Amino acid sequence: MATTTLPPPPQAPLTKKDFQTNQEVRWCPGCGDYAILNAVQAVFPELGIPREKFVVISGIGCSSRFPYYMNTYGFHTIHGRAPAVATGVKLMRPDLEVWVATGDGDALSIGGNHTIHMLRRNVGLKVLLFNNKIYGLTKGQYSPTSEFGKKTKSTPYGTTDRPFNPISLAIGSEATFVARSVDVFQQHLKDVLKSASAHRGSAFIEILQNCNIFNDGAWLDVTEKDARSEHVVQLEHGKPLIFGKKRDKGIRLNGLDLEVVQLGNGVSESDLLVHDEAHPRPSYAFLLAHMEQRPGFPTPIGVLRNWNDVPRYEDVVKSQIDEVIAQRGKGDLAKLLRAGDTWEVKA
Amino acid sequence: MATIIELPKRKHEVIDRAVIRFCGDSGDGMQITGSQFTNTVALYGNDLATFPDYPAEIRAPAGTLPGVSGFQVQFSSSDVFTPGDTVDALVAMNPAALKMNIADLRPNGILIVNKDDFGETDLRKAQATTNPLEDHSLDGYRLFAIDLTRLTRAALQDLGLDAKSMDRCKNFFALGMCYWLYNRPMESTYRWLDGKFAKKPLLAEANKLAMKAGYSYCEATEAFQVTYEIPPAKLSPGIYRNMSGNQALALGFITASQKSGLPLFQGSYPITPASDILHELSGYKSFGVTTFQAEDEIAAITSAIGASYAGALAITTTSGPGMALKTEALGLAVMTELPLVICNIQRGGPSTGLPTKTEQADLLQALFGRNSEAPIPILAASTPGDCFWVAIEASRIAVKYMIPVIILSDGYLANGAEPWRIPNLEDIPAFPVKFETNPEGFQPYKRNPETLSRPWAVPGTPGLEHRLGGLEKQEVTGNVNYEPLNHETMVRLRAAKVEAIGQDVPDVVPAGDPEGELLIVAWGSTYGAITAALAPQRAKGHRIGHVHLRHLNPLPRNLGEVMERYRHVLVPEMNMGQLVWLLRAKYLVDAQGFNKIQGRPFKQSEIEGKIEAILE
Repeated sequence: MATTTLPPPPQAPLTKKDFQTNQEVRWCPGCGDYAILNAVQAVFPELGIPREKFVVISGIGCSSRFPYYMNTYGFHTIHGRAPAVATGVKLMRPDLEVWVATGDGDALSIGGNHTIHMLRRNVGLKVLLFNNKIYGLTKGQYSPTSEFGKKTKSTPYGTTDRPFNPISLAIGSEATFVARSVDVFQQHLKDVLKSASAHRGSAFIEILQNCNIFNDGAWLDVTEKDARSEHVVQLEHGKPLIFGKKRDKGIRLNGLDLEVVQLGNGVSESDLLVHDEAHPRPSYAFLLAHMEQRPGFPTPIGVLRNWNDVPRYEDVVKSQIDEVIAQRGKGDLAKLLRAGDTWEVKA
Repeated sequence: MATIIELPKRKHEVIDRAVIRFCGDSGDGMQITGSQFTNTVALYGNDLATFPDYPAEIRAPAGTLPGVSGFQVQFSSSDVFTPGDTVDALVAMNPAALKMNIADLRPNGILIVNKDDFGETDLRKAQATTNPLEDHSLDGYRLFAIDLTRLTRAALQDLGLDAKSMDRCKNFFALGMCYWLYNRPMESTYRWLDGKFAKKPLLAEANKLAMKAGYSYCEATEAFQVTYEIPPAKLSPGIYRNMSGNQALALGFITASQKSGLPLFQGSYPITPASDILHELSGYKSFGVTTFQAEDEIAAITSAIGASYAGALAITTTSGPGMALKTEALGLAVMTELPLVICNIQRGGPSTGLPTKTEQADLLQALFGRNSEAPIPILAASTPGDCFWVAIEASRIAVKYMIPVIILSDGYLANGAEPWRIPNLEDIPAFPVKFETNPEGFQPYKRNPETLSRPWAVPGTPGLEHRLGGLEKQEVTGNVNYEPLNHETMVRLRAAKVEAIGQDVPDVVPAGDPEGELLIVAWGSTYGAITAALAPQRAKGHRIGHVHLRHLNPLPRNLGEVMERYRHVLVPEMNMGQLVWLLRAKYLVDAQGFNKIQGRPFKQSEIEGKIEAILE
């Protein structure tokens, strides 16, 4: 008699509510983290993944309280180590959807080593880097992304360090998916999160986030309604790089560099750089990454790089094990214990 | 009638035991020579113990004193517990090796040196002012100064090898001589060479020829008047193989993986002398083992914590400095109550210390080396083969009690080898693990009343979504909680859980006398020297017992009572006195330490000397 497999009982589709916990959210009122939590809780039910398959892993810092507020499996680990813990989870369970919540201090300072190695290995993790350019939980010291000369509690005369650009660090670490969004750009953020989830390897998302207590307005250039369109270029795959209130400015390639051009006067859209997130070489995304550090250039947001030709680390590890088993058969422990030269002592 | 001149007949002596040491430059292949000799005597059925001793530098300048590498093996027709205090036969490949090792050769011992490497430059490199082969400093030994390099070249001249390749075979010439001296067949070394040089058969041939030449040289030249025979030892019946400590740990973890039904995960960062465990396990992919060479020691342990969270039998392997780096993550494993096994293959310290030398000075670090109250059970292996059993026991405790467990081994056990009776797998009890799957009444920190362990709820299980983390947990719910009384409850619970493991720790039964004048309490690799010292001292009429602790936390429940049965308690350790400190603090017993901190194991004679000093 043939056996039939019954389809699983129909389940009500997941909603945002399914991803909220009963724990009181303890970020400061007005913190950008609320917006990020909101976007993630809105996107997770739309991904078509059962709730029990989600794991949210974090390090230490304000951002890293994130797992407590997500009704999924969650692990609030120790400072900087979330990518390493998450790598262990992924190696054992490639089927799980593992997201890492981290901050500029957690991911780029104390955990910098794990961040770059996770990215070069291309572990299938989605990394949300909340960048507020300050240490919030320890109450206001400068972070590795704080601008040069910034006065903070630990630098009353101004910082003397050059900051990291998280995007260029990620690209330099051979990341296969690199994106940037902003806490208050809810729809944009949700779109970026969805693209990240669809990417198989490491997905690195820098989220510009406002700490209204210790570094209020750090991203005002990007977020302020009036200034925003002049200071932000939204990257869309296959579309030219245009920005400005009147959409009258663009980015053009000039030799090995980029330049800002005014549209009109013989300069048309067809002269502009067309965004190609899937460009096989990282140099293009690297050029984009450095725009905002230059006067007159806008800050790019969106997916800078989305390259799918690199296998996921956990798949490579797993398939090596499978190949060895296919070639040699499943290990026989009794045989292994007797391997090599043996001798018998008779009674 | 013609007169037949009879050559003096060679004497063939049957002896009980011998200690041989091969020493030379790091580039002379002394570790391989020693291991091959060991393998051969093991296959013959002798009991044995080895002591490889090599410098931290891969290749210190050739011929210099810091570049000397040595391999010692004691083999016998009766029980062997140590590699031997003094050496019966020393093979020294150059003046530096001779200078560094001659003190350990017993009077009238056999000394084989490579005469070809005693030129002016060689002597200068060894900082020798006179040539020991000519200055009568070696008169008290049976010296065989042989032109090993020249003879090896002569034996290999027809193979068409360059001089450098030929000279690389001279250690096998020496090995061949030793096989002749101790009447051992060369077949197993032939087999090894065939495997090792499968792709370079010419080199296999060259080494075989060199070895045969060494053997024939002894036969033809009558260099030695005596050959020795050491009959097989009377070990308990079974199938045996040679086993080093690190190898045994690796096999133990594979066994634990099968007995628990959990896939094995190893997160590790290369460090001497622990790396061999990673080398071994990374080769066992067909057992479904996942090995992860992490970017650093911290990622090595935290990836293992992640793997454990995801349902693996997770281990991390390291040595002292790496252990220091893992400290914070150990606290996380304590707080999240996830099973994990941490192997610390101790070496001389502090800091980088003596990477290739042995020590057992990380006991108190294992016990207390974390912020706040973070108790962790500790097990220590006593012999290379015992590492196998300790790996299984540590894994069993880790998953049964949902707790990280530390294994202490050391460089001496890790690299030392002994004959190991291969166990029947059926005789090793299984400890199948059941993950939590039932959402009804699930609470992440609800405890099993007997073990105080919490449920292991693996991500992917529907209905058990929960959050773990390093912040203090509320009892039962596991929610973040900062209340004063809850914290005290949880601190006490974590300690009580370690204490509960005591129900699985067998009572100690002293070896030797069950009561009397002196009890030796010890742990780890001092087992061999103490065991060897016990019999001769008891034969003198002393009433001595020996307790060797496998469980260092929690300690066996009857230990205090056992110590009271003896007038003196002696605790030999390769540290400044860590276990003795613990015993004095915990039991208010007047235990005294006996401490050696030289990067070398105790000698039997040192233990005996101390016993005599106390009792006579």
